[in-house]
Amino acid sequence: MSFELPKLSYAYNALEPYIDARTMEIHHGKHHGAYTNNLNGAVQGTALEGKKIEEILAGVSAHSAVVRNNGGGFYNHNLYWEVMAPGGAKNPAGELLDAINGSFGSVQNFKEAFTKAALTRFGSGWAWLVRQGDSLVVSSTPNQDNPLMDVAEVKGTPILGIDVWEHAYYLNYQNRRPDYVDAFWNVVNWDEVARRFKG
Amino acid sequence: MKFELPALPYGKDALEPYISAQTLEFHHGKHHQAYVNNLNNLIAGTEFENADLETIIKKSSGGIFNNAAQVFNHTFYFEQFCKDGCKEPKDQLKAAINAEFGSFEAFKEAFTKAAVTLFGSGWAWLVKDASGKLRIVQTSNAGCPITDGLIPLMTCDVWEHAYYLDKQNLRPKYIEDFWQVLDWKVVSERF
Repeated sequence: MSFELPKLSYAYNALEPYIDARTMEIHHGKHHGAYTNNLNGAVQGTALEGKKIEEILAGVSAHSAVVRNNGGGFYNHNLYWEVMAPGGAKNPAGELLDAINGSFGSVQNFKEAFTKAALTRFGSGWAWLVRQGDSLVVSSTPNQDNPLMDVAEVKGTPILGIDVWEHAYYLNYQNRRPDYVDAFWNVVNWDEVARRFKG
Repeated sequence: MKFELPALPYGKDALEPYISAQTLEFHHGKHHQAYVNNLNNLIAGTEFENADLETIIKKSSGGIFNNAAQVFNHTFYFEQFCKDGCKEPKDQLKAAINAEFGSFEAFKEAFTKAAVTLFGSGWAWLVKDASGKLRIVQTSNAGCPITDGLIPLMTCDVWEHAYYLDKQNLRPKYIEDFWQVLDWKVVSERF
């Protein structure tokens, strides 16, 4: 079975004014669509066909750059769409909140660390909130790498991610990545982040 | 020494419709300017405070390298455009391109491929190596061929900010239009 571009659970304009409909449409339909197609093209007829994406990423160092780039691009965008929602919970709660407080001291400290990771990633990439056992860490990865990959400096389970490729924000924010990262907090789907934390 | 943003050698709308005025306004006025500002801030009080740009690029790393190389790369990029410029390489450069790549068309194809396939942010370059041989190279992010002893002759910025307002995800279309405004007179002089 081949990988499929997931449908969004909300409309392209649902995250406005923080993320505009045109950005969403191109980002999902074109960029994510291309990663999905390219990944399928790369695994078709190989030993990777039929494997779960998480399994492919865990051993990605053994595969081609095409698999690494498009496998990462496929997985990362799946996560990105799901950890955002219109009108989602505005703050982490329950066990996730306890874990954030335990690992970072406060939600504010966590947000500062995550924002810094997103702003200092030079070039294209992602910033992550990563679960490592019972604790949480913030990291960032270049291009379409992620913490599930054996090549990642910081490994673990990503439970929140922000795309800082320019295509994620350029139509709306141009060079102002800090404004995009600020706006992102308004659309984080903390229920989904909590679900991934319990994973 | 304080670095300064070099003025564009043409008007903001001079490369329309291939590269829009809006793109140049952000690319030159915001991105290139930010690299200049960041570099000045980062080198203040360091061993690089009075160094020239090439020395900084060759000897620094991290944030200083990223910003210094991006100042160089963007200056080099913006200098090579003119809508009414020379559309093909001339004289010795033409001969060198034919000798290395077979034809101008074959060179363009190979360079386009390098620009389209660079994954993430970065640059495609036509360079001359120490023996005088022409090569096409790709660099990621701020990467700059002078750190490898190569002489840059021409470059295409494939950071998304170079084309996203005009072409969005269609990088190949940006490169197609890049050829329309590349002034081979400038490139031939560099050679």
